[in-house]
Amino acid sequence: MTSLRATLKRGFDRVERPLDTLFGSDWNPLANLGPLGWFLFWIVTGTGVYLFIFFDTGVVNAYQSVKWLSESHWFHAGLARSLHRYASDLMVIIMLVHLVREWAFDRYRGRRWFSWITGVPVIWFVYLSGITGYWLVWDELAQYVALTTTELLDALPFFAEPIARNFLTPESLSGRFFTLMVFLHIAIPLLLLLMMWIHIQRITSARTRPPRGLSILTLTALVMASFALPAVLQGPADLSTFPARVGLDWFILGLYPVIDMVPPGVIWTGALLVTILLFGLPWLPPRKENAAAQVFLEFCNGCTRCEDDCPYTAITMVPRSDGAPFPQEAKVDPDKCVTCGICMGSCPSSTPFRRVGPLITGIDLPDRRLEQVRAEVIAAAADLSGPGRVMTIACDHGAAAAPEKGRVVLPCVAMAPPSLFDFILSRDLADGVCIAGCAERECYNRLGGKWTEERIARMRDPQLRKRVPRERLLTVWEGPSASAVLDHSLDDFSERLAAMGPMPNKSSLSPEEVRNAASVAALDVADATVLP
Amino acid sequence: MIRRLHHLSMGGTVTLVLCLGVAWLSASPAWRSVPENMALVRLSFTHSGDRSASCRDRTPEELAKLPPNMRQTQICDRRRPPIYVELEVDGTLIYAEQSPPSGLAGSGPSRLYERLLLPTGSHVLTVRMRDNPASDTFGYAATRNVDLKPRQSFVIDFRKEIGFVFE
Repeated sequence: MTSLRATLKRGFDRVERPLDTLFGSDWNPLANLGPLGWFLFWIVTGTGVYLFIFFDTGVVNAYQSVKWLSESHWFHAGLARSLHRYASDLMVIIMLVHLVREWAFDRYRGRRWFSWITGVPVIWFVYLSGITGYWLVWDELAQYVALTTTELLDALPFFAEPIARNFLTPESLSGRFFTLMVFLHIAIPLLLLLMMWIHIQRITSARTRPPRGLSILTLTALVMASFALPAVLQGPADLSTFPARVGLDWFILGLYPVIDMVPPGVIWTGALLVTILLFGLPWLPPRKENAAAQVFLEFCNGCTRCEDDCPYTAITMVPRSDGAPFPQEAKVDPDKCVTCGICMGSCPSSTPFRRVGPLITGIDLPDRRLEQVRAEVIAAAADLSGPGRVMTIACDHGAAAAPEKGRVVLPCVAMAPPSLFDFILSRDLADGVCIAGCAERECYNRLGGKWTEERIARMRDPQLRKRVPRERLLTVWEGPSASAVLDHSLDDFSERLAAMGPMPNKSSLSPEEVRNAASVAALDVADATVLP
Repeated sequence: MIRRLHHLSMGGTVTLVLCLGVAWLSASPAWRSVPENMALVRLSFTHSGDRSASCRDRTPEELAKLPPNMRQTQICDRRRPPIYVELEVDGTLIYAEQSPPSGLAGSGPSRLYERLLLPTGSHVLTVRMRDNPASDTFGYAATRNVDLKPRQSFVIDFRKEIGFVFE
């Protein structure tokens, strides 16, 4: 399972890299699947409302009204109908790719279960919305969908009267049935919207709008495709015959051929098992989670930076509880904390320069304390030699995730406070620092890359001190399959650093710092020995 | 700016190709759910089993125990019996099933919906139903010569007052 996931993750990265070239990393559609899903939903909603103006519910009138708007008013209502259909289809593709991608990126287990679980009903609601929509047109495809669906539903022991009896003969079908279908076709998308809203509740600043350029590209392409290949309207439904051959929408109705071939019991059992499997995936197997971030009130002044930077709404500010002269303090919700460490990087107390006493910060990761990170950095420096020494602070999900000499791998590069880069350079641990994060198109922890860039650019607190020469910092935003790009960038950077000469105004580590680092490292070794 | 123009043109082309693919797959390739030259015959109706077989007269003692306004002389099971239906096509029995009553207490009518595909052409359809388990004979039966056309949907329904209906 793990190897399959890793293979898929690398596969996504390999596909997404050329898309970065074609679209630009910020417009990369695979890095904007969620926002695109929302965008398409609004296209479908807008066109649906417009179509409803012209749509007539009734056994005969439904088809006639769709025919009229498709043929006589193809340039606006017909266009809206094609957009309605193609945006729905595209939404299905995007939803399924989003599902597989999140699984491949392992962003569905542990404390991220909520977004996954709430996404499962979204799948059902998308399909149900599409199926009820096809029904309304009342052409041959609608008749096929109506018959197949009702016969499948009748296999369940819930319905007093076989629903399929509504479609026995032309006389048996009532216009009121269409009224019911219109109601369902409005009610189900509203439930879908509700579920989509719930789906994004546990993340901060959820992106529900794709970049404007990508929105324009998508909408323009949909309009062009709608004019080039308008949505097909098949012959009118006729219950005295049956549609033996239909042009099928393979995105929304792709399972209907299976329903034709397999007994209903198997279909319902399969649907139930798949749903249970999807719901259960976050616990198959459960992920062993690190301990959630911990607040140390003696070093917390309630500055709210950790709350601002947390991508998962895991931190809230609450009234001060220790009598310190600050109005509030940070509080971590352990059920939401994914231990990315971004809060630690945002805390103004996270400074590795402190020499006296243990290095404790305002908000720290119990399993990867700032003190440990400092010790790791000092230990990694011992592996560097010669001119142009480069220390790499790497993200666990990017091109530099593999352990390497002179490299410290963190859950997210935004876990490293800017003062850590200052520390590395000013203590002569390296001649330059490479910050190797996730691919630029998307941060594994949503906002880590953005926050790091803004902190280095001195646009976001905690800012990089002005004394740190920017030319001695290199940022590389590449995914796991781009290690060659990273190596090339590191070689170039090392050559540039060698040409620059040593860092001015540097000082060596103090004996206390060396001692502290050695004792922390020894403690970590002891911990590792004790742990199974 | 030039970079963005490149993204607009290249990204736009990719998105357009994707959307055209989506548009094509939204109606193609066609799916044939039923082979050519076949007709669909559906046997479907709703009918309550005759529970008179389960009825008996109350004894005078039983009647005496009841309040005067509730002294009905006959008592019947609440549960209805199943109905038994057979369908023959050209003399061959192809469907013979008991259809249980509906409802949690089994007091509702039996409901039937069966579909079968037949080759087009002439066929003799015979349908029979027994709704009283105490009887050895079929209470309702009908035979019809039909000439089924390709893609025809042929329905065998039942109405208690007129018996089987072929539509």
